[in-house]
Amino acid sequence: MHSQLLFTAFWTIVVKEVRRFTRIWPQTLLPPAITMTLYFIIFGNLIGSRIGEMGGFNYMEYIVPGLIMMSVITNSYGNVVSSFFGTKFQHNIEELLVAPVPNWVILAGYVIGGMARGLAVGLIVTVLSLFFTDLQIHHLLITISIVLLTSTVFALGGFINAVYANTFDDISIIPTFVLTPLTYLGGVFYSIDLLPSFWQGVSQLNPILYMVNTFRYGILGVSDINVGFAFAMIIAFIVVLAAFSLHLLNIGKGIRS
Amino acid sequence: MTSALSIDNLRKTYGNGFEALKGISLEVKEGDFFALLGPNGAGKSTTLGIVSSLVNKTAGQVSVFGHDLDTDLTRAKLCLGVVPQEFNFNPFERVLDIVVTQAGYYGINARRARERAEFYLRKLGLWEKRNERARMLSGGMKRRLMIARALVHDPKMLILDEPTAGVDIELRRSMWDFLQEINAAGTTIILTTHYLEEAESLCRNIAIIDHGRIIQNSTMKALLAKLNVETFILDLDRDVQVPPTLEGYDVNLRDAHTLEVDVEKSRGLNPLFEQLTAQGYTILSMRNKANRLEELFVSLVDKNL
Repeated sequence: MHSQLLFTAFWTIVVKEVRRFTRIWPQTLLPPAITMTLYFIIFGNLIGSRIGEMGGFNYMEYIVPGLIMMSVITNSYGNVVSSFFGTKFQHNIEELLVAPVPNWVILAGYVIGGMARGLAVGLIVTVLSLFFTDLQIHHLLITISIVLLTSTVFALGGFINAVYANTFDDISIIPTFVLTPLTYLGGVFYSIDLLPSFWQGVSQLNPILYMVNTFRYGILGVSDINVGFAFAMIIAFIVVLAAFSLHLLNIGKGIRS
Repeated sequence: MTSALSIDNLRKTYGNGFEALKGISLEVKEGDFFALLGPNGAGKSTTLGIVSSLVNKTAGQVSVFGHDLDTDLTRAKLCLGVVPQEFNFNPFERVLDIVVTQAGYYGINARRARERAEFYLRKLGLWEKRNERARMLSGGMKRRLMIARALVHDPKMLILDEPTAGVDIELRRSMWDFLQEINAAGTTIILTTHYLEEAESLCRNIAIIDHGRIIQNSTMKALLAKLNVETFILDLDRDVQVPPTLEGYDVNLRDAHTLEVDVEKSRGLNPLFEQLTAQGYTILSMRNKANRLEELFVSLVDKNL
C-alpha cells in the first residue's frame, strides 16, 4: 500500500481506539481520576503530613510523579488488553484481517491507541495533582520521553496479553497478579533507600522501579537509579516486545485458525 | 476471460488433526455469480476463510485476480469484499462508523469514506439507521450492514457466506435483486448458501464440496440437466381412493386429492395431462416436490457418504 493509504489505515485504528475509550469514559477516564484524588487526599495529605520528607521532598511532592506514572502504566496496558481482546472475542478483528493493513500498522494503531488513553489519564491525574501541590518540572525532555516510552512498553504488554487471552479472566490475571504488585513495589510510595540492602537488590530487578524513578527524576531531579541505564533498558524492552508482538500477528496467534 | 479466483490443490489441516480440505482446485471467472455448496462441515467456510485471509492454509495456492496470496497479498485483499456467516462488527459502534472505519482500513480518506458509506447505506435501506448502535438493528438489517461494509471499498469480487440465513422472504428477495444488480455491474460474486433455491436462481456456475473434496463443478445448467426424474405434486378437483393408472409415470397418492408423480425428463408433462384429462380429472395446481437443485444436491452428497 502507498504510504498515504497506510497512514489512513493507521489513523483509522487510532481514531477507533480513542473513540472507544472516550465513549465509555465513566469506565476509562473517571475511575483513575477518583482513585488518584483519594490517593492524594489520604496518602499525600493525611498520612503524608505525618511521614515528613522523602528523598528531600515533602511526601505529597514525592508520590505525585509515582502516581502519575502508575496511571499511565495501568491505563496504557488496560486499554490495549481490553480493546484487542474484545475485538478478538466479538470477531471484529476480521474487519482488519480481510483488509490490506500490514501487521505492523495494526500493532502501531493499537499501541498508539493505548498510549493515548495512558497519556490522557496521566494528564488528568497531573491536573488533579495541581490542587494538592506545585509541580516544578526539573527536566522536561526526560519527563516527556520517559512517559512516552513507558506507555509504549505497557501498551505492547497489553497487546501480548490480549493475543494469548482466551477468556475475560485471562485479561485480568496479569494486571492483578503481576502489574499491580510490581507497580506498588516499584518506588511509587517510597524510596528504596528505606529498604534493607537485600530488598534493595531485589527491587532493582523490577523494571517499573526504573520507569517511576526516571519520571520522578524528570520532575523532581531525584532518583534511586541510573537514568541512562533506565532509558537503555526501556528501549530494549520496547524492541523485544514489539518484535514478539509482530511475530504473534504474523503467525496469526489467537486470531487465525 | 480473466480468472477472478484460482485455487490449486488447497489443503487445510487444523491443529486438532482434522483435515478440512483435501486438495481442492477451483476456478471462478471474472463477472461470474458462483455458488459454493456443501453440507455443514464440508469445507466451504474454510475455503472462503483461506481466500479472505482469516484462516491459514496448510498447502496449495490461491490467487485473486492473478494476485497470489503468498506473494501479493495486499493487491489480492484490495480486490475482495467479505460478508461472513456470523455478525462480526462491534455491536456498540454506530452503523455509519462501522462502514466508514472499514473504508479507512482500505486507505480511503474520511470524506470519501463517508460518501461511499452513505451511498451503500442508502442503497441497502440503512441510511435512516446510520446513528443507531449496531446492536439495535434487526437481524436482516445487520446482514445488510455487513454487505454495505464489504462493498465500501468497491471490491471486484464479493464473497458471501450464507448471506440470507435467518432473513425473511421479502428481504431475501430484495437482497437477491441487489446482488444481481451489482453482479450485472461487474462484481464477481461467490456465494455459499443452504437455500438451494437461492443458488439456482442467482448462480451461473456451481461447485459442490463434501468431506473436503470438490464432488461437482460445472455450470448450473449442465448440473440441472443431469436431473433425469423430477417429482411433481398435483392437486386434483376431487377426492380419489386409489391412484389413477397413468402409463409411463409412477403415481402415488399423497392424500385424498393430491398426487405425487415421478416424471422422467425424456417423457415430459404433456402425456400426463392428456391421460388425467381423459380420465376426467381437473388439475387445480401443480408444483415441484423439491427444488431441482436440492434433489441433485441430496443425491450427490448421499453418493459421497
